[in-house]
Amino acid sequence: MADLRSEFVGIKSPNPFWLASAPPTDKEYNVRRAFAQGWGGVVWKTLGLDPHIVNVNGPRYGAVWGADRRLLGLNNIELITDRPLEVNLQEIKAVKRDFPDRAMVVSLMVPCDEESWAFILKKVEDTGADGVELNFGCPHGMSERGMGSAVGQVPEYIEMVARWCKAHTRMPVIVKLTPNITDIRYPARAAKKGGADAVSLINTVSSITAVDLDSFSPEPSIDGKGSHGGYCGPAVKPIALNMVAEIARDPETRGLPISGIGGITTWRDAAEFMALGAGNVQVCTAAMTYGFKVVEEMISGLGQWMDEKGHADLGAFTGRAVPNVTDWQYLNLNYVTKARIDQDLCIKCGRCYAACEDTSHQAIAIRPGRVFEVIDAECVACNLCVNVCPVETCITMERLEAGTVDPRTGRTVEQRYANWTTHPNNPMAEAAE
Amino acid sequence: MTASPQTPGIVAGRLPSAVVADNFSDVAPPLTAHEALVAADRCYFCYDAPCIAACPTAIDIPLFIRQIATGTAEAAARTIFAQNIMGGMCARVCPTETLCEEACVREAAEGKPVEIGRLQRFATDKLMAAGVHPFSRAAATGKRVAVIGAGPAGLAGAHRLAMLGHDVTVFEARPKPGGLNEYGIAAYKTVGEFARAEVDWLLRIGGIEIRHDHALGREVTLEGLRADYDAVLLGVGLGDVHKLEVPGRELVGVRPAVEFIAELRQAADKSSLPIGRRVVVIGGGMTAIDAAVQSKLLGAEEVTIVYRRGQERMSASADEQEHATTTGVRLVYHAVPIRLEGDGRIERAVFAYTMETEAGLAVSEETFTLAADQLFLAIGQTLAEVPAGLVLEAGKIEVDGAGRTGLERVWAAGDCRHGGEDLTVTAVAQGRDAAMDIHAQLMGG
Ligand SMILES: Cc1cc2nc3c(=O)[nH]c(=O)nc-3n(C[C@H](O)[C@H](O)[C@H](O)COP(=O)(O)OP(=O)(O)OC[C@H]3O[C@@H](n4cnc5c(N)ncnc54)[C@H](O)[C@@H]3O)c2cc1C
Ligand SMILES: Cc1cc2nc3c(=O)[nH]c(=O)nc-3n(C[C@H](O)[C@H](O)[C@H](O)COP(=O)(O)O)c2cc1C
Ligand code: SF4
Repeated sequence: MADLRSEFVGIKSPNPFWLASAPPTDKEYNVRRAFAQGWGGVVWKTLGLDPHIVNVNGPRYGAVWGADRRLLGLNNIELITDRPLEVNLQEIKAVKRDFPDRAMVVSLMVPCDEESWAFILKKVEDTGADGVELNFGCPHGMSERGMGSAVGQVPEYIEMVARWCKAHTRMPVIVKLTPNITDIRYPARAAKKGGADAVSLINTVSSITAVDLDSFSPEPSIDGKGSHGGYCGPAVKPIALNMVAEIARDPETRGLPISGIGGITTWRDAAEFMALGAGNVQVCTAAMTYGFKVVEEMISGLGQWMDEKGHADLGAFTGRAVPNVTDWQYLNLNYVTKARIDQDLCIKCGRCYAACEDTSHQAIAIRPGRVFEVIDAECVACNLCVNVCPVETCITMERLEAGTVDPRTGRTVEQRYANWTTHPNNPMAEAAE
Repeated sequence: MTASPQTPGIVAGRLPSAVVADNFSDVAPPLTAHEALVAADRCYFCYDAPCIAACPTAIDIPLFIRQIATGTAEAAARTIFAQNIMGGMCARVCPTETLCEEACVREAAEGKPVEIGRLQRFATDKLMAAGVHPFSRAAATGKRVAVIGAGPAGLAGAHRLAMLGHDVTVFEARPKPGGLNEYGIAAYKTVGEFARAEVDWLLRIGGIEIRHDHALGREVTLEGLRADYDAVLLGVGLGDVHKLEVPGRELVGVRPAVEFIAELRQAADKSSLPIGRRVVVIGGGMTAIDAAVQSKLLGAEEVTIVYRRGQERMSASADEQEHATTTGVRLVYHAVPIRLEGDGRIERAVFAYTMETEAGLAVSEETFTLAADQLFLAIGQTLAEVPAGLVLEAGKIEVDGAGRTGLERVWAAGDCRHGGEDLTVTAVAQGRDAAMDIHAQLMGG
């Protein structure tokens, strides 16, 4: 049986699945039930200074749905905790006492002065919590008051606050990053420079999910008006994966622990984040959609996969995909493939034809009897037909053996690896060695 | 209640009227809005979709399903009605398992096609419920067209002609319009007064006058109509039935299935209809199935369909056969009636087994007897006598591809015309296409 035990910046938990700082971790009642269900840890809903903030009293969420109303993306305009600091601290202390084996990290967001941070860190330390996460991510509401992503978008502030925190606590400090920035490596580098023990990402993406076409109000609508919210759930996973990978392979931040967040819904999503360098993962929307029970599938699924692949523990696969993330210029241009349609699996819908004929390279022919065939002399191997085909594995991309002639280019496929940096069409090409 | 399924003879009220009413409720209830979205999402939006080719009226199915999926069922209905003005009825009665849904690529992939018929109903019901008739007439052409028969063929033709600006007069022998939509289709496929409501809705195009109780060959003649109108479209359906040439056919209780069905369709309270305790139906088509199933739903104790050939030759689709057997109807294959017996009223039917041979169907010596107090004949409908000058082919009016008969300025469509299956949707397609050809000819000069 695979060992799912996790240790992240010295914080131990029975599995790598933590609940992200959000409504699921908003209070003692929730967190106790989450732990009872099997979650490895939580990042408590972000605390702030008293007087506590207030939330809107109308709807907080907007959503994007797929078929059968499957929730694909969730958008929220909720702020940080709207309960008194002292109440939260007592609850954190009580839960940690009763669940000593679970990770208890506390998310924090206070004004950008050293005194405020020092004050709250002391309070959190007294609860027996395992660590803190600095919320520099919230893209709405708090940012208008100079907190949240207003800090996260300025690397100098991140570095400064991280440094203060490290100076005022012995607890591990995790900096939570906002994706609402052009290049995620800069805030990550700043966090590292400031002495942070880890980064966690992503927080939510600034978004408007929909507009009501009768009232012309953005959704969710508060008395006819809306404000942008933070987007999360399955829809943001690709954005989050890329940002995690960017930090994992950046020479300046290499080795900096990462807690992966963003759209994690199944064990597979979690495994992908970890393969791209995340030491553990945090989940919010999946729990908000399906309840705490989803962690049972995550635990059993990850365990089964690790057993099948012979990964004894989390370390065995963490970061394994990082070396394979590279820049476009280093991709092998001698890797030549062609689409192949398995006629036995083909159900003759013709979607590949419509896609290729109308928007790609006119490389699929319709033969009598609705038989769809790839024209090798036209196929550029773009993969679009594979992506639009409703039948899994019906269309595959097959590599042309070295020595065969690509009928499209008339060139013989070469065995050796060659990329753009040495390509004759590249004005900046280096001479081939 | 005095009668029960076991009461001998042909009697009414075998089941409580509430049970009968429930038995005759919608067989395929409408999709809810959410169900429709889920069903619509399964459509792959195929290129040059095979379902379109399989629909006799060539509705752009992927387009209308996408319109449903994007929350515009009204636009979907327009897409449907543009090709098939009786898209509402077709959505209920088409044997989709042998038409569009058979061709659906998901049928090939998983044996579970997109529910095209039910989605079509969802869209058409929505627009009709909103009271919208989505078409208007072109400028008047001054041309006048006579249509004979207010069935699907005649009405589809009339609607298209009216839309194109012609003035249409429909001559209908019966007191109500709709043809077999009104008098034939199984009651549980088109519940309520849908057939009538659909005709009223269709007529909102304007420019169509229906003269009821006006039969060709009785109140009007083809000669007269050709003289008075610029064109004539025949949509008279099949007005006669095949006769059973066996001893005892005159016994009380023996009658054509279509007669029984018409009576049933017109009965406001179905439980008031008398039905036999043991009902035998002879035939293998949709009419046989409908007569048998509806007999059972009225409370007949035992209902048996006897078909002269094997199951695979039945023209009723596999789904219809299954519907019959799950309703409790027994199907007997390879047997023909040779004698009906009884004292004034039918009591028994004697059958002989048949065999398929190279030379055709052969009747064996071996016989069996079924007790029967009612026997319905569903062995095929035929064309009633047609006016002189029309040429027949295999018992139906011969036409060219556009529906033109051998007589100048006379077209034919629907069941009465040779070519195509005897289905509502085929009648609609042919009526529409004949109208287009009439239009082209009238306007071409
Ligand atoms: C019992 C039964 C069940 C069926 N079930 C289905 C089904 O589930 N699905 C399906 O697709 N198809 C079904 N069909 C077939 C379908 O009903 C017909 O194919 C379709 O109605 C043909 O349309 P039509 O307009 O050609 O003829 P009809 O519907 O028969 O209409 C002909 C019209 O012409 C009138 N008429 C006849 N003679 C004259 C005259 N001399 N003068 C004036 N008017 C005249 C008639 O009164 C009638 O109104 C069924 C048929 C039967 C009998
Ligand atoms: C309603 C809601 C409230 C949130 N509040 C906070 C918060 O207080 N502090 C914080 O750091 N992140 C907050 N988040 C962001 C989540 O912790 C998480 O980073 C984000 O939802 C992406 O993960 P997911 O795709 O699994 O939901 C919130 C998210 C939601 C949906
Ligand atoms: S008219 Fe009938 S065959 Fe055509 S699409 Fe509709 S349900 Fe299918």
